[in-house]
Amino acid sequence: MSEITHQHAENHGEHEHHITPPIVYVIIFATLLVCTGLTVWASFIEMGVFNPIVALAIGVFKATLVVLFFMGVKYSTKLTKLTVGAGIFTFLVLIGMTLSDYISRAWGRW
Amino acid sequence: MSDSTAIANGAPEAHGITHGHGEHPSYQRHHFESVAQQADATNFAMWLFLLTEIMFFGGLFTAYLIYRNWYYPAFVAASHQLNVWWGTANTGVLISSSFTMAMGVWCAETRRKSGLVLCLVLTFLLGLVFLGIKTIEYSEKIEKHHVPGFHYSVQAFTNPASDPDTYKEYKDQPMPLDMARHTEIYFFLYFAMTGMHALHMIIGIAILGFMILKARTGAYTGGHVTFVENFGLYWHFVDIIWIFLFPLLYLISRHQ
Repeated sequence: MSEITHQHAENHGEHEHHITPPIVYVIIFATLLVCTGLTVWASFIEMGVFNPIVALAIGVFKATLVVLFFMGVKYSTKLTKLTVGAGIFTFLVLIGMTLSDYISRAWGRW
Repeated sequence: MSDSTAIANGAPEAHGITHGHGEHPSYQRHHFESVAQQADATNFAMWLFLLTEIMFFGGLFTAYLIYRNWYYPAFVAASHQLNVWWGTANTGVLISSSFTMAMGVWCAETRRKSGLVLCLVLTFLLGLVFLGIKTIEYSEKIEKHHVPGFHYSVQAFTNPASDPDTYKEYKDQPMPLDMARHTEIYFFLYFAMTGMHALHMIIGIAILGFMILKARTGAYTGGHVTFVENFGLYWHFVDIIWIFLFPLLYLISRHQ
């Protein structure tokens, strides 16, 4: 029975339901808390232009952990991975294009 | 069970008044070939919804970045009005609620009914704690007249010494009125972003309340975890938004 189901699943590009063990959630939870402490600590240090860069880098790292493990994208179908990747890409294009427009206009010269 | 058997057994009943569910679990819709296919399709749909949410919040983040560049001194001074420790506490609360939600999904997957109820209740309570802390922060803004609108006051920025709590920590220089006025844009974006985030929390907490009632009857621990799983995606997404709101609003101008 299970053999047949497995074969059936493979034929249609579906995948077995993956159950993430609690220990993974505990490790990710602890890492996220440590990163939160780290980003608050870093905000007290004078780093000039690097303050927002460090803060956002830690934020991106935390978000990546949440997406991959809490949201289970690491163990999901290729379709889900592609969807998430395409979404982030489109989001970056939107932000990138908007910001490049704002910084490259001749403000006040028309 | 193979498809041909399902069709052979199911065909006579499927056209009758009583829908036969003997061939597949009752939670599998007829138009899906298998539970796995149904789960994949639902997961895909949930992600598409979350992508529209990312674009929606993305617009707010972009507006924040642009205005911060334009009115930089105003944004720095205005962000000094936020209490980093409330923000840090709320980040911890929200990450904890994401953890209890993830554990809830695990409990549903491994059919632990009381564990699932406990996890959902904890997530529910942590969500309320987050909103409680947000209320404390908002009421401080209301008291100081830092809510954009007719009663908005620039006094704390044109004359920082008049606001001793913030002044003793940051020693901000007085700002000319035309720049101080732009702090209102910071608070407008602050309320728009955290308010929209809080609205998502309120919706999530309402759904959690509904789920707790259903979970107590064993609705999610009989092998059908899709609802818990997809709600988990929503809850983690709300957490991710906060992961970016916290440094951008509270932290990046602290040292100045």
